[in-house]
Amino acid sequence: MGLESALGEGYLTTQLDALVGWARKNSLWPMPMGLSCCAIELMSAGDPRHDISRFGMEVMRFSPRQSDVMIVAGTVTYKMAHVVRKIYDQMAEPRWVIAMGACASSGGMFRSYSVVQGIDQFLPVDVFTAGCPPRPENLFNALIKLQEIVQQSSVLDYRNSNEPIIVS
Amino acid sequence: MNNVLQQTVDSLRARFGDAVEEVREFRDDVIVVVGRSAIVDVATWLRDNETCPFPLCEDVFGIDAWTRKQRFEVNYHFFSLTCKQRIHLKVRVEENDPSVPSITGVYPGAGWYERETFDMYGITFPGHRDLRRSYMPEDFEYHPLRKDYPLMGIPGALPLPKRG
Repeated sequence: MGLESALGEGYLTTQLDALVGWARKNSLWPMPMGLSCCAIELMSAGDPRHDISRFGMEVMRFSPRQSDVMIVAGTVTYKMAHVVRKIYDQMAEPRWVIAMGACASSGGMFRSYSVVQGIDQFLPVDVFTAGCPPRPENLFNALIKLQEIVQQSSVLDYRNSNEPIIVS
Repeated sequence: MNNVLQQTVDSLRARFGDAVEEVREFRDDVIVVVGRSAIVDVATWLRDNETCPFPLCEDVFGIDAWTRKQRFEVNYHFFSLTCKQRIHLKVRVEENDPSVPSITGVYPGAGWYERETFDMYGITFPGHRDLRRSYMPEDFEYHPLRKDYPLMGIPGALPLPKRG
C-alpha cells in the first residue's frame, strides 16, 4: 500500500469507521436489566463454562452511565417500562438494546393487561432473541449479531442503519 | 370435620348466632360464611379463643362471582399453630356496596392482603390505615381482576414512555 510503505514499518492506514467499530464491538459493556428468569440465563452466560468475557463483554456494569448495551432480560410490565426507559435514557450514546427472550420481545406467555407486548413499543431494539428463556449460547448469538451491527455502523451516525435482527 | 374444628364451629355458632350464615366442608377444608358486620368479632374470637386459637392470618383475597347477587366475596385463611388446623372464612358483599370492615386491628399482617384485594377488585376496607393500591400504578382507574375488565386491558389506561 502506497502510504504505508512510504511511512515505513509500524504504520497502517484504515477508515475511522472501521477502526472505531472494531474497538467498540470488542468492548461492549452490558447493562444487565434482569427482570425475571431470563436474568438467570444471563448470569449463566457469565459463568466459567460459557464465559462471556471471550467477547469482551464480561464487564457487567450495574450503572447505565458506564454501559453500551442494555440486555432487557425478562418480563416488562407497564409499571416497570418507565423505569427501564429511564435507565436507557441515562446511558451514554452510542447505545444498543437486546431484547432477551420471549417476554421482552413479544410479551411471551403473558398475554395480559399488565405486561408490555414487546419492549420495541418504547425502546429502539437492535436484536430480538428467541427462547423462554434463551440458552446462553443464543444470547451469544445475539451479541455476535450485535457486534456485526456495531462494526458496520458509522461513527457520525451510529444509528444510521438497520432493521432489528431476530436470532433463534 | 375433625373434633377440634367441629368444636370451634359449634362455639362460633353458639356465640355469633345468625352472623354465621353457612358452614360447609370440602375435602377436609372447613368454610364458614360470615356476615359482613361480624367479621372483625369473629376474627378476634378465633385469634383469642382458648381451645383452638388461630393466631396466623395466611391470606386474604377477593373473588368476583359475577353472576351471583352478592357479587364479591372476601376470603380469609386462618391457621392454628397449636392445633395445626386451618379454617376458611368468607364474607359476601353486593356490587353496589363492596366494603368489608378491615381486620388489620386483629391481624396487622392482613394490611397488604387487603390492599391487594382493594387494588384488584375495588373492595374497600374501612378501618385500614393506608388503603392504597399495591400492584397497579396509583393513578390507575380500574380494578383489573373484576370479570368485566378485559384480559388485555383498556388501551391507554396504562401509559408507556415514548419510543423516541
